[in-house]
Amino acid sequence: MPVRPTAARPHRTAVLTPLVALAALSLAATTLTACGSGSGSSPDTVKISFKQSTDNSIKVMDTYLADMKKQFEKQYPGKKVELVPIKAPDSEYYTKLQQMLRSPKTAPDLVYEDTFLINSDITSGYLKPLDAYLDKWPDWNQFIDTAKSAAKAEDGKTYGVPDGTDTRGLWFDKGIFKKAGLPANWQPKTWADVLAAARTIKQKVPNVTPLNVYTGKPAGEAATMQGFEMLLYGTNDGSTDPLYDKSSKKWIAGGQGFKDALSFVHTVYKEKLGPDVSDALDPNIQTYVAGELLPKGKLGIALDGSWLPQAWLKGSGHEWPDWSKELGLAYMPTQNGQAPGKVSMSGGWTWAIPAKAGNPDLAFDFIKTMQTKANAEKWYIANSGISVRKDVAADPAYATAQPGIKFFTDLVASTHYRPAYPAYPKVSTAIQEAMEGVTTGDMSVDKAASSYDDELKSATDNQVTEK
Amino acid sequence: MTTAPQHTGPGVREVPPGPPTPTTQLPTPKRPFTQTLTRLLPLSPALILLLLFLAGPIAYCAYIAFTDLQLTGQAHSSFVGFANFRTAFKDSEFLNAVWLTLVFTVLSSLIGQNTIGLGLAALMQRASKPVRTLTGAIVITAWVLPEVVAGFLLYAFFRREGTLDAILVWLHLPSQNWLFTLPILAVSFANVWRGTAFSMLVYSAALNEIPKEITEAAEVDGASGWRRMWHITLPMIRRSIGTNLMLNTLQTLSVFGLIWVMTRGGPGNKSQTLPLYMYEQAFQNSMIGYATAVALLLLLVGSLFSVIYMRLLRTEV
Repeated sequence: MPVRPTAARPHRTAVLTPLVALAALSLAATTLTACGSGSGSSPDTVKISFKQSTDNSIKVMDTYLADMKKQFEKQYPGKKVELVPIKAPDSEYYTKLQQMLRSPKTAPDLVYEDTFLINSDITSGYLKPLDAYLDKWPDWNQFIDTAKSAAKAEDGKTYGVPDGTDTRGLWFDKGIFKKAGLPANWQPKTWADVLAAARTIKQKVPNVTPLNVYTGKPAGEAATMQGFEMLLYGTNDGSTDPLYDKSSKKWIAGGQGFKDALSFVHTVYKEKLGPDVSDALDPNIQTYVAGELLPKGKLGIALDGSWLPQAWLKGSGHEWPDWSKELGLAYMPTQNGQAPGKVSMSGGWTWAIPAKAGNPDLAFDFIKTMQTKANAEKWYIANSGISVRKDVAADPAYATAQPGIKFFTDLVASTHYRPAYPAYPKVSTAIQEAMEGVTTGDMSVDKAASSYDDELKSATDNQVTEK
Repeated sequence: MTTAPQHTGPGVREVPPGPPTPTTQLPTPKRPFTQTLTRLLPLSPALILLLLFLAGPIAYCAYIAFTDLQLTGQAHSSFVGFANFRTAFKDSEFLNAVWLTLVFTVLSSLIGQNTIGLGLAALMQRASKPVRTLTGAIVITAWVLPEVVAGFLLYAFFRREGTLDAILVWLHLPSQNWLFTLPILAVSFANVWRGTAFSMLVYSAALNEIPKEITEAAEVDGASGWRRMWHITLPMIRRSIGTNLMLNTLQTLSVFGLIWVMTRGGPGNKSQTLPLYMYEQAFQNSMIGYATAVALLLLLVGSLFSVIYMRLLRTEV
């Protein structure tokens, strides 16, 4: 075999260490100072970070903000707006933003925050309370109360101005309903009505999926929010939060309502009213529902969000301009029809000012520009958003801009926001696991609920209460 | 065919007793300090960059693993000692992830990529040129495809009503959703499909290096194909096997995109290997400190494998 020259090398480490240390230090010093000297924001420039779509063809937000920049610079002569887009999918956007918010050198003056994580960022001390500004801003009275609570922290202060929301309900296929002998103006009053309709479809219209309820970890937050919470918030008296107790600041262990919601999911999959379990637990189930099942008339009822028509817009690959003729909309009822009769969950995004922002006052002025009635309305229509402002919601021009918009806007009055406190993402995962257990049939409802209780304790550091 | 090895063989063997080269001959001289410094100067940029961008983050990671740092949801982080590691070993999901990582690595890297790669390389030695080119092209295409694309292709292959299912139905076999019933097997297969090319290339190169006359001599002595493989080929490519196993294992341990696209670690946690578990902890649950501790443990598993390979294959032939 060929011999490799492996002669012993002289020892050089003794020389290397000081040399390397010195060089590393000097380089580090130059890099760091170079970083520091350039930034430092000017008092006349407001820097705005927002989430840019990863899809290059979608420029809704870019166009809107460019317009706002123009208006703002005209309205406040001598002031400049610098847009700092972050092009990333949701989870990476949060990560990048959180890193920027850590230091005054990188913190922008205004950020676009998801209500899903805003409370975590508040707890981290990343954001500034806006109450002093909101008190002096007449438009704040136009925002409905539930939306105002979306960015309200446990300390009672508000940290963000919502720029719209989303709501959820039941979408149903009128063609399938006709074949099954169900009414075209279907509106179930209780969970039992929903299941009864699904059973009728299963019996009378073979080869379609009667009802889709997102479930399990692969669907992620969609399973928790569109699936489980749409059920859970319709249990009990429907007025108190079934997940989190604000007064004691504790998470609520799985009670009867929790088990009832799990039972519903269990029934759907046990009676094969939902998609095949392996499809339901496919990570691409959301695309499958919006892109294939609904447009192709293969799904009877879908418990889903207000944004679905975005998937059927021109140039989306699943163009379906006539969807509103073929699909009907119904509210998700409460469990036994108890008040208020319907359930919806809401999320959405807010504009917030970082604690380390250089120009917070100017940033709030920019929010005011974006939230004139006309500008807010323009935004809702452009991004298929649901208005959280009373004046816009009442405007016929908004209500008729797209089919379905009135239906989903009316739901805002009876909608719930998640208790999106720092532990929420972990709680959400625990819910998905419990759902998955009953979906596959690996766990009984009681077993899934008790394993949720165990998970909840570790996810929330034992901040759990029984109700 | 026989002339070429005759030239190179003895030529190589003559090197050691030949005229001494300056590097082996000279004893290490005592150079003045400044001279050493000047000689080291050209190396320093590389060294500094390595320290700054490689050693720096690693050291920082090691530090974070001992804190309760979170991405968000926490005002201050603090030093927690070994708490993260204790949590990990008490967490059934972590232990499940360790087990699945081992299954995935043994199935796809040790058994799959390595054996199939060697088999393909051995077969290609004997195959005609067109067959060799074609096979090589196909296998390497799988390798150069981006991980996400490969993941999606195999997702489409394994999913319910996917290609594999269609084949099964065509053969009148019961239809099956592999991603649901046997997810860890499906992702292991995907990793074999994607990564075998690397082993094949390494082994092809190694087999080409075996002097022809040795195998020919064994053949003349009447050694069967299996005996030649066992007693000559394998011992002679021992080093390549070691290198290949180590690289394959380390690569497989960190596979993320492929599994993420195919199953997202599910259903349940049935295909959640350590990298996916880490991702979930770090970016879905925001527990950066804990996830980093898990990363360190993964590093430990990797080095454990490396040590085993090195021990097994240390003896020189």
